[in-house]
Amino acid sequence: MRGGLFERPAGVNPPAFTPGYKTSVLRSPRHTLVSFNSTPSEDTGPAFGHMRVGEADNDLLINYAQPGETAIGERIILHGKVLDESGRPIPNALVEIWQANAGGRYRHKKDSYLAALDPNFGGCGRTLTDEDGHYWFRTVKPGAYPWPNGPNEWRPAHIHLSIFGYAFGQRLITQLYFEGDPLIPRCPILGTIPDADARDRLVAALDIQQTKPMDAIAYRFDVVLRGSRATHFENRPEGL
Amino acid sequence: MMQKLGYLPMTPSQTGGPYVHIGTTPEAAGLDPSPFEQLGKTIFEGNAKGERIALTGRVIDGHGAALTDVMLEIWQADANGLYAGQEGADPAFYGFARRAVDFTTGAFRFETIKPGAVKQYDGSYAPPHVTFWLSARGINTGLHTRMYFPEDDLSGDALLARVQHKDRLKTLIAEKTEDGYRFDIRLQGDDETIFFDI
Repeated sequence: MRGGLFERPAGVNPPAFTPGYKTSVLRSPRHTLVSFNSTPSEDTGPAFGHMRVGEADNDLLINYAQPGETAIGERIILHGKVLDESGRPIPNALVEIWQANAGGRYRHKKDSYLAALDPNFGGCGRTLTDEDGHYWFRTVKPGAYPWPNGPNEWRPAHIHLSIFGYAFGQRLITQLYFEGDPLIPRCPILGTIPDADARDRLVAALDIQQTKPMDAIAYRFDVVLRGSRATHFENRPEGL
Repeated sequence: MMQKLGYLPMTPSQTGGPYVHIGTTPEAAGLDPSPFEQLGKTIFEGNAKGERIALTGRVIDGHGAALTDVMLEIWQADANGLYAGQEGADPAFYGFARRAVDFTTGAFRFETIKPGAVKQYDGSYAPPHVTFWLSARGINTGLHTRMYFPEDDLSGDALLARVQHKDRLKTLIAEKTEDGYRFDIRLQGDDETIFFDI
């Protein structure tokens, strides 16, 4: 028998029904999920070649800016590794990020928050992990912004991430938060995760060693996707 | 004292939020498509083998309303039942696509080909199916389901056999339409779609 993704550990992922995050109430399945051992349909996944991901796609400071200009805000380097639960790096994993600008406003036709749009900031980036599973972005630190979950709720600064590993059953969309932000413990969305250690794993650490003096402050965020009992699939090594 | 096994704890999921499109379907979010061409926009090249079909539908919440902010992804085998990257797979068929639903109606549409039956590890064949994965505001962990085709014999499928309440199986079977199949996904209610813990 080949393939076989590890079972998901209990308590790590948020349950579907989390009334503190109001939108989940009508969008959460009420039946238990049906479990099964993964099959080729979950053990395989799409591969995204370098041809389809542009060179500057991971530099949000300039990938939407006019030539010679740059996005406004606290300049940051965001980097980390994508690994599986066995600690194996995952090369060629597509990492996509999206975020609000330094004022807390998204470039989305549905966002009407009163903070200004930055003409030089799109808020969208993507990259592929290298041979060691490492990824890098340059961007600005997003601002906190209000949202209508309560009368006066503010989302902590955060960046959304979408990650493809080598298997569709590893598919993960999540958010990272920034070390030291006082809004973190108040956030009902982060609070959907029952386990405190699991919540802490979504907080990127200030990485002073990778900070570029007089240029950009660095944060590190490692991502761990589900592991697999097989080291290789039938016809191809992982990550290809 | 026992040794620790040394496995890493997985990274938890979070909702994609209302603006999941910025990162996954930037054109739908209103971004200029030239620097941010959407990955998964087309599922196949013109010379891909197999029967052309359209998959259409909506995602419906517990109040009966269509979600107008959901991002959907599909992953499926080619006409011969092989996934992209497997030996012998049709190089003109990518197998993956993603769509933002229509922001007003919530409707989605994928142009694809009908997949073949997929060989399982034990040598049996799973009937043709398409994997759907959903992300949206209010969905804390992406939802994973499968769509099967109404004309196929589903009796031998090992996964469907695991479903205890057989009256729910119909929620995984698409309806035939003029140019393909309709597959509505219901998040709650009497006909709540079966979602998989995978």
